Amino acid sequence: MNPFNYHTPETQEEALALLHEHGDSAKLMAGGTALVIMMKQRLVVPETLISLHRLRGLTAVQETNGTLQLGALLTHRAAETAPLVRAHLPVLAETYRRVATVRIRNVATVGGALAHADPNQDPPVTLLALDAQVQLASVGGNRTVPLTDFFTDYYETMLRPDELLTAIRVPIPPSHTGSVYVKFLPRTADDYATVGVAATVQVDPATGTCQDCRIALGSVGSTPLRAQQAEAVVRGQRLTPELLREAGAVAQQQTDPISDTRGSADYKRAMAGVFVRRALEQAWQQALATPS
Amino acid sequence: MTRTITLRVNGKEHTVEVPVQRLLIDCLRYDLGLTGTKEGCSVGVCGACTVLMDGQMISSCLTLAILADGAELRTVEGLAQEDGTLSPVQQAFIDHGGFQCGICTPGMVTAATALLEANPQPSEDDIKEWMMGNLCRCTGYYKIIASIQAAAAQRRGEAVS
Repeated sequence: MNPFNYHTPETQEEALALLHEHGDSAKLMAGGTALVIMMKQRLVVPETLISLHRLRGLTAVQETNGTLQLGALLTHRAAETAPLVRAHLPVLAETYRRVATVRIRNVATVGGALAHADPNQDPPVTLLALDAQVQLASVGGNRTVPLTDFFTDYYETMLRPDELLTAIRVPIPPSHTGSVYVKFLPRTADDYATVGVAATVQVDPATGTCQDCRIALGSVGSTPLRAQQAEAVVRGQRLTPELLREAGAVAQQQTDPISDTRGSADYKRAMAGVFVRRALEQAWQQALATPS
Repeated sequence: MTRTITLRVNGKEHTVEVPVQRLLIDCLRYDLGLTGTKEGCSVGVCGACTVLMDGQMISSCLTLAILADGAELRTVEGLAQEDGTLSPVQQAFIDHGGFQCGICTPGMVTAATALLEANPQPSEDDIKEWMMGNLCRCTGYYKIIASIQAAAAQRRGEAVS
């Protein structure tokens, strides 16, 4: 690993001032579980490293007006075990639990994982299906961005060099909504998925038809994906095997996987269709089972 | 570029000057001479380098030493009592054959110690989930699970079968 100038800001203001000063030549480090590997491999060689481990704040979980907000420096383990997350968004707690191992989750942060933008990760998929937003701060001010606009390419986001991701905001789903994340793992339990699919389905309790739905996929493109065309197929419809098959077929057309040790591109595309079908069905059944 | 850091390891305070890019595993092994902790995969997957930092198990191969400035660390060298009496986890790994070649063992017993401190009565599934990040190529894991179950019983004061 190459040496670097090292800063440990204690407040968000100090961190933002350092980012403003060093811009593109600086890297922010939260948990560092991904960044340190990239620095060891010299894929990333920052002139300046700004470690956030002494920064106070940005670790709260708060519920306000039907939105759950996770501070960016919350660890995966803390998000997975937080009572508010488990109560309001069990699917999100369960998704964090599926990431790597306890030892990594003890350190890796929820904001750092999004900024890292590895398209094979689990949480972005569930967060896309939950219609999450991210809060970004810089010396120039704050902005809130839908997660659907955030990822731009492999390990690339719309974050500007002077911006810090400070929080994730997740609307708590309305009643009669089911939400699931299914992860297809043919190798080991701590591996990246061959494909990961999250689905949320809101039903009309009187008729059982789908009022709203969101479908997201991971590991099958250069970014986590929303399968909006498949969502349009499902909205307003009743749950039938034919509909699920059609939604899976439409969703898999939106994927663009690469061949690697977790499967060939063709196999991943085929599995994307299968797992969209399964995720939708599970979310739908969960929504129908919600007591009125 | 160097930094002077102070860390408490197994109750003892050390002040060392390290290059900023020094990894904690290298600081422990080369600067402090604590070679019990092993490096396996170097990418946080295998668990051989597991240490406890402020009570949490972490991968010392993915942690910069400068991040441990001011931290309280526990390594495999700090598990036994001062007179050399092994901890219940260490003794159970011996009694139940929880290792063969031994390279994963420092990480295994350190991770298992953290487990029993967080959850004194883990189910078999709890043990498997917690220890998922510690890889062993020899034992097939069954004897590791048996060792941890025995250590949990021992810690609770139950008779060990």
